[in-house]
Amino acid sequence: MSILDDLRRTVANELESLDGVVALRQDGLNVAPYLYHQGDDLAVLVITPRFPLAQTVDLLLDAHPEAHLGIVALGCDERALKELANWHQVDLARVRVIGVPCTGEQAVECRCGEPYPSTIVVGEQVKGVEDRVLAEFLTTHTQEERLAFWRAQFAKCIKCYGCRDICPLCFCNTCALEEDHWVGRGRVEPPFPTYHLIKAMHTAGSGKCTQCGECERVCPAYIPLTLLYALLRHDVKRLFGYETGASVTDKPPVFRFEAAGS
Amino acid sequence: MEYKNILTTCVYCGTGCGLNLQVLDDRIVGVLPAKGHPVSDGRLCVKGWNAASFVYSPERLTTPLVRRDGRLMEASWDEALSLVAGKLGAIQAESGPRSIGVFASAKCTNEENYVLQKLARAVLKTNNVDHCARL
Repeated sequence: MSILDDLRRTVANELESLDGVVALRQDGLNVAPYLYHQGDDLAVLVITPRFPLAQTVDLLLDAHPEAHLGIVALGCDERALKELANWHQVDLARVRVIGVPCTGEQAVECRCGEPYPSTIVVGEQVKGVEDRVLAEFLTTHTQEERLAFWRAQFAKCIKCYGCRDICPLCFCNTCALEEDHWVGRGRVEPPFPTYHLIKAMHTAGSGKCTQCGECERVCPAYIPLTLLYALLRHDVKRLFGYETGASVTDKPPVFRFEAAGS
Repeated sequence: MEYKNILTTCVYCGTGCGLNLQVLDDRIVGVLPAKGHPVSDGRLCVKGWNAASFVYSPERLTTPLVRRDGRLMEASWDEALSLVAGKLGAIQAESGPRSIGVFASAKCTNEENYVLQKLARAVLKTNNVDHCARL
């Protein structure tokens, strides 16, 4: 029995007590998120390539707040859901996580330290890997070199907003990236560094980045966004002791008020 | 509650990026990239990400419009097409067929552009066929 067979059987069981399960569906060569219902043919349910399924759950629960949904979730999907709950966007009581671990190859591709959710229903979890790209960047570049690096990278940006549109933690109805005084609406080159740092600070810098890597995968200019956000995640952990989606009880750093020196 | 993604091709230019239309309860609610697509490979430009935003626009035309006394008024297809055919015929007769220019578009399919140049050459009798980007 393959992992997929086990997973499909598990999803079929879970569907008996849920309004639907969010997972990927293969149709010909196209794979995309889908809401499965009880009785659906699950032979088309797959787990790659990854999509930000937490975003889909958020979308569906916004439209149907009374629904109970399952989600076939990787580690970063579950962490995104927990972080969305920390920001009062998703009611976790309405979400049942069907946990799936990443493969060793996926962990390496994402440079992920925790390539698994809190519980897994199929397969074996593999160990996380160290983010060597982050480590190298932190230790071997001067501030001038780092600024020059990012300036060159962001010169390639075509302002497609893909990094924002695909991010499961970008949920704001009014987005700062659409404010004329910050980004100059109608002008193609996004201003450096305001545009990119607003995105970075409002997600990774606010403890909202799960390092799922979807932003980098969707960037038509191949900008190494996961490196920029890893740098900020590193700082958020160092300065506030906060890890995105690690728990639902922790207050995200943005919600804390602490007197200076305390 | 029904949610699915439908693979389609972006309408905004001739590149032909694949994208998924997110459909929730029979209504398009957004776009997702088409991972592994031979043209777009899971990426989109800003137009592609917003390719569905016009679908429910109240500004979309639902009938032909004909200008009468300087104002655009609703008209039938017969009326609109007869008006256009009549005027093109009159221009052909008065200024010659090559006084008419025809602009194709990357938003059209290859098949539509083919038919357009066929109309230009065989019916309007002009070889002044070009692309809207030349405007």
